[in-house]
Amino acid sequence: MITVENIYKSFGGTPVIRGASLEVHEGETLAIIGRSGSGKSVLLKNMIGLLQPDSGRVLIDGTDINRVSYRQLQKIRQHFGVLFQGGALFDSMSSFDNVAFPLRTFSSRPEAEIRHEVQECLSMVELTDVGPKFPSELSGGMRKRVALARAIAMRPRYIMYDEPTSGLDPETSNTIDELIRNLATRLRVTSVVVTHDMHSVLSIADRAAFVNEGRIWWSGTIPELHLCTDPVLCDFIRANEYQIGEHLVPVRPED
Amino acid sequence: MTALTLRLFDPLISLGRFALLLGRAFRSTGEIGRYSRNILDQMVHIGIESLPIVALAALFSGAVTTMQTAHQLVSPFIPVSIIGAVVVPSVILELGAVVTGFLLAGRVGARIAAELGTMRVTEQIDALEAMGLNSVGYLIVPRVLAGVVMFPVLYVAACVVAIGGGIFVGHYTGEVPAGEFVAGAREFFKPFDATFGLIKSLVFGFLITAISCYKGYYTDGGAEGVGRATTEAAVTSCVYLLLADLVLASTLL
Repeated sequence: MITVENIYKSFGGTPVIRGASLEVHEGETLAIIGRSGSGKSVLLKNMIGLLQPDSGRVLIDGTDINRVSYRQLQKIRQHFGVLFQGGALFDSMSSFDNVAFPLRTFSSRPEAEIRHEVQECLSMVELTDVGPKFPSELSGGMRKRVALARAIAMRPRYIMYDEPTSGLDPETSNTIDELIRNLATRLRVTSVVVTHDMHSVLSIADRAAFVNEGRIWWSGTIPELHLCTDPVLCDFIRANEYQIGEHLVPVRPED
Repeated sequence: MTALTLRLFDPLISLGRFALLLGRAFRSTGEIGRYSRNILDQMVHIGIESLPIVALAALFSGAVTTMQTAHQLVSPFIPVSIIGAVVVPSVILELGAVVTGFLLAGRVGARIAAELGTMRVTEQIDALEAMGLNSVGYLIVPRVLAGVVMFPVLYVAACVVAIGGGIFVGHYTGEVPAGEFVAGAREFFKPFDATFGLIKSLVFGFLITAISCYKGYYTDGGAEGVGRATTEAAVTSCVYLLLADLVLASTLL
């Protein structure tokens, strides 16, 4: 379980996170939603220790990740798979080597076994034939899928997604949403998805947390989101071209 | 604190961050075995691939120094062997290390800063950290180690080629026969000069790679930031190289 307790984070004197608290339960998919620049990605990076909060605590299975040694933090991070906004694939390596990288670095498995594992990860993201290609030869959507294959290579307990569908066309976004959903069930992982795409939220999340003014403004299950009457959240959802009421009506066609 | 006050502290903040990064790099040296492949790759990039340009610059420096020395010193009252006695220590003490250093500040320093800077702005460094890998151990330690090992090698190569160039030009322009050049060089050769040159190249190797790694590792601001980091890496390396040159000469000679 991931627990965020009252964290604050500023950059150059400008507060971005102002007292955010949040819990991510085992096995669930939590969507962190909010406007661009609201601090969603900063919150996510605090959750995996890539940023340290100015105050407050982040607990992973009860361990405060900002109070452990760097070596212990490395061990904790090995339970995480992270899909970064642009994929963050290593551009000096082929797609295959990108996916194999964590396996070669952290396991002592023989190369044949690693090759088999990489093929399996690539088939999970429905990209079996891109192994020899370099990231610069792939489209945005393919890059994100290879990055997702790399994120699941070590069979993590938690997968964090930073804007997984941003910059993608609706059809590719649907494919990524479907992959996130499938991986959550197939690998039984706990997922945190940072997004401002309400269609993704509705199709993949069990719960949503709305970030506004640097804190968790609203959180609840998807059925509760349907019934929400908070004016700020309603404005955000309307801005996503959805209507709040008895049902949220997506403009993007359902897959 | 106002933004202006913060800016006044910028150099101190940079120095502190640089020291902390170096500290982290030294602590990561325990994991060297894990990154041995990386160290070898960097030795090739920093050392072997720089050899042609270093040799070219050294060849011309040696040749020009010989011609200028001949132009300034030779008179009926001074033996021509003095040319070898002047050129060889100049190359060993100063030219070999400084010419190599400047060239590598541009070639290696800019490359390191651009590479790490791009990795930073495209979140590749965050990806390494998020996997549980020590990004400093993986990216910085191999580059600095390769620099410290390969710069002295390049320095020796530069000295050999520069002296060879001097002998060749001196001989074929008729300014000083090869035998006289070598005799002059041998007569005034002090072994400490070579030790001093090696120490200098080692320090330069460390400074250039460490500064460039620092500039690249802490890049921010997208493509513009990468450009800025690359320029700063080359310029700052050259400035610190000159400072180190002065400090080493005043303390060791």
